Amino acid sequence: MESALTLNHFLFVSGVLFAVGLAGVLIRRNLIVIFMCLELMLAAANLTLVAFSRFNVQEGQPAYDGHVLLFFIITVAAAEVAVGLAIIVALFRSRETTDVTKINSMKF
Amino acid sequence: MTFLFYIFAALALVGGIGVVVNKNPVTSAFSMIVSFLGLAALFIQLDAYLVGVLQILVYAGAIMVLFLFIIMLLDVQEEEKRRFPLIAALGAAGVAGGITILIVTVLKRSHIGDATIPKLATAEGPGNSDVHRIGELLFSQYWFPVLMVAVLLLVATVGAVVLSKKQLR
Repeated sequence: MESALTLNHFLFVSGVLFAVGLAGVLIRRNLIVIFMCLELMLAAANLTLVAFSRFNVQEGQPAYDGHVLLFFIITVAAAEVAVGLAIIVALFRSRETTDVTKINSMKF
Repeated sequence: MTFLFYIFAALALVGGIGVVVNKNPVTSAFSMIVSFLGLAALFIQLDAYLVGVLQILVYAGAIMVLFLFIIMLLDVQEEEKRRFPLIAALGAAGVAGGITILIVTVLKRSHIGDATIPKLATAEGPGNSDVHRIGELLFSQYWFPVLMVAVLLLVATVGAVVLSKKQLR
């Protein structure tokens, strides 16, 4: 057995990618980049789903429910990006900035 | 196959770090595409072909093009010289490092993760591809979520149109 890939490998990559995305959300100040980091966290979680489904083989087939859930996650992420970017554009129209440190009052 | 895993995992992680570190949002977006390509390769290594293709088509294709479009539409400038406030940078490094340490500890203690990739049944032909199986699941067991996702997409489309009108009422 040459291939020694374990579930740990994939879970570790997924976790580190999630941590990187979270760090990005915390330190970046550009609203669009923060949004991209959020997407990165979602994608990292996807890797966990696929890995668990592949390692849970029954009757020679991986558990496809994980893939179905991932299908829904990708769809929801696409919808979320559409609405989120529309909100960012509306915000930019009224404030002329995407810097979160300058958007700190509820009323303008 | 192990070295392929390391190559693509490194690609995904380097892309992810590039998103956070790059000053220019356009460079960030392109790092993100690199990261997604690496992730898609990992999916395909896990025999999730449909999901890998979806990742490239939807994430690296549609979503990132949308991001780049908005970045260029808004003409977002690079962040100023003082990029990361020190406290925020320290806090973020602490949180990210903490999560990483947490994951490593959990993985070391549990034995779920020690499993190696189990063999799949190698039946070929129609009806045995993952596209077929996922489609079957989607339209039988998961028909209601599929309906709801359709409604969600409609609502998102209408919402995006309403939000981008000139006058918000």
